[in-house]
Amino acid sequence: MVEKKLTEKQQEYWKKNIGLIRILLIIWALVSYVGGIILAVPFSRIPFFGVNLAFWLAQQGSILVFIALIVIYAVRMDKLDKEYDFHEIKITDQKKGVSA
Amino acid sequence: MSVELLTLIIIAITFAFYLYIGWWARVRDTKGFYVAGGEIPAVANGAAIAADWMSGASFISMAGLISFMGFDGTVYLMGWTGGYVLLTLLLAPYLRKYGKYTVPDFIGDRYYSNTTRAVAALATIFISMTYVAGQMRGVGIVFSRFLQVDITIGVFIGMGIVAFFAILGGMKGITWTQVAQYSVLIIAYMITAGAIAGMLTGIPIPQVALTFSGFAQKLTNLQVELGLMEYIKPFQSMSALNVFAVTLALMIGTAGLPHVIVRFYTVKTVRAARWSGVWAIIFIALLYTTAPALGVFAKYNLINSLNNKTVEEVQQIEWASKWAETGLFQFNDKNGDGILNMTNDDTNEIVIDRDTIVLSTPEVAQLSPFVIALVAAGGLAAALSTAAGLLMAMSSAAAHDIYYRILRPEATEQQRLKVARWSILGAVLIAGWFGIHPPGFVGEVVAFAFGLAAASLFPAILLGIFDKRMNRQGATWGIGVGLAFTFIMILLMRSPQIFGTAKPIISSFFGINAQGVGSVGAILNFAISYFVSRNTEAPPQEIQDLVEEIRIPRGVGQAHTH
Repeated sequence: MVEKKLTEKQQEYWKKNIGLIRILLIIWALVSYVGGIILAVPFSRIPFFGVNLAFWLAQQGSILVFIALIVIYAVRMDKLDKEYDFHEIKITDQKKGVSA
Repeated sequence: MSVELLTLIIIAITFAFYLYIGWWARVRDTKGFYVAGGEIPAVANGAAIAADWMSGASFISMAGLISFMGFDGTVYLMGWTGGYVLLTLLLAPYLRKYGKYTVPDFIGDRYYSNTTRAVAALATIFISMTYVAGQMRGVGIVFSRFLQVDITIGVFIGMGIVAFFAILGGMKGITWTQVAQYSVLIIAYMITAGAIAGMLTGIPIPQVALTFSGFAQKLTNLQVELGLMEYIKPFQSMSALNVFAVTLALMIGTAGLPHVIVRFYTVKTVRAARWSGVWAIIFIALLYTTAPALGVFAKYNLINSLNNKTVEEVQQIEWASKWAETGLFQFNDKNGDGILNMTNDDTNEIVIDRDTIVLSTPEVAQLSPFVIALVAAGGLAAALSTAAGLLMAMSSAAAHDIYYRILRPEATEQQRLKVARWSILGAVLIAGWFGIHPPGFVGEVVAFAFGLAAASLFPAILLGIFDKRMNRQGATWGIGVGLAFTFIMILLMRSPQIFGTAKPIISSFFGINAQGVGSVGAILNFAISYFVSRNTEAPPQEIQDLVEEIRIPRGVGQAHTH
């Protein structure tokens, strides 16, 4: 199981993870709830190519931002796993008792 | 070759393919049955999540729904995609690390209580049941529209197919058929949308065409001319508060839907769980960014080809007379001037059902019969894949959580597998019964599925991971109050459909409608969980250790056996 001396390292990993999640969720809320809904009326007066900014954000842009947020999260966490040496994720088949 | 024959052939080919996959993926143990052995690659899991999640409603109804709601249709667009940010960042990696079979598994273990486990299992069954009834109906409708068979026969065929691959292959069979079904549905959708976008704007990529062609503005102008709403302007069909509340409820609800969450158990590693989220949002966004474009182009095309035309002209349009037979499209020259006019009051002479937008697009846009057949197959793929996922979530809650974890913990592997298979069959039969005898309120109670998932499962899982101090009392009270509040509110607001009252008993909760009230339930759940947990004793040490353990993606698989 988990060795005790790793606890500090794990806590650091967890803190960084939480920090990343916080930043990404703030962007998530700003784009969808603030940009797409709360400010929709003023934003609908700003032209954006063939539509207006509010409409584009609500029906296209926010979804593109969601993709970006999830990709950034997955990439950053891969890096964090490596940094903290958690990248060796092993599947243990308990019936056979071997690691693959 | 007639459209009907071609449709029949294409549907038969896709169904034979699903059946073959079901046979190929047959399993012999519960791990294979519940979580596909935990061996699904991230990309395949992403496609399976997308098919699992995108139902007949996403495929057939959503573009039409949006085209009638205009800007405010974004509640579905943002609501049903934004939930994946919550799901991937906040739940998926940790649930994978914890790594058991079902959602109630986590909730029951984390809150060291079989009562909480039972509540989670019942919520899972209820959420999935309300949802699956509509899917089966969808299967029957697609069959009856495209092949002119009775809806009942369509439902039977759908039941048979789903039962075959789900009983034989469990989650493994379902996963790989969902991958195939995603391919069918997305190809059908993109070809249709691309063709109509190309025809109207010269740009065959619908997303690009919507942003740059100015057709959304053209549709707005056309609608204003007819006295309909301003398409592109916010809050014409819903108040800003409701757009906010419904979007939030759909996001939280999406992240709390058990049939979607369990898909993250089927991959090998925590890393693969995160990347499944990446692939899922990409595959889903492909359809979800296309839908608003399809909605604009299809509606513009419809209004343009019908409005101000003479009755004779409209009667000569082949698709118009065909759709008129189904009752989903009606025209009636009320003022007898020989010309059909679309207006927003009693003088309106053209009635278009919003469900026809996607299904009629290939015909309206005069695409080849092959595309029409493909859309039928796509609609079926969307409905069947979601039905299979829901049946799996429902039956595993019954067989794994209630039968094995609560009632008969001493059951052997073989007994458990047998019960799992029988419960799938039971679930298929119940779902089929609802498909043939739909309770009048099926469409209405989808609000239930999301509201309840938002108000019960999501907060309990989230707090279970991020709040070490959260204890059994906090979770139980939180779930109880969140569920009860949301349930009662929806019952009161939907009373005409559910109880048959003349008017809703209450029309809204401080301006928030039934679809959005789940977000209030979720907030209540969080608040009460926090308050109660801080005033009762901390959870036992081994639970706090478990929470620490799932936060670190190391040694996944160790917790994966029962």
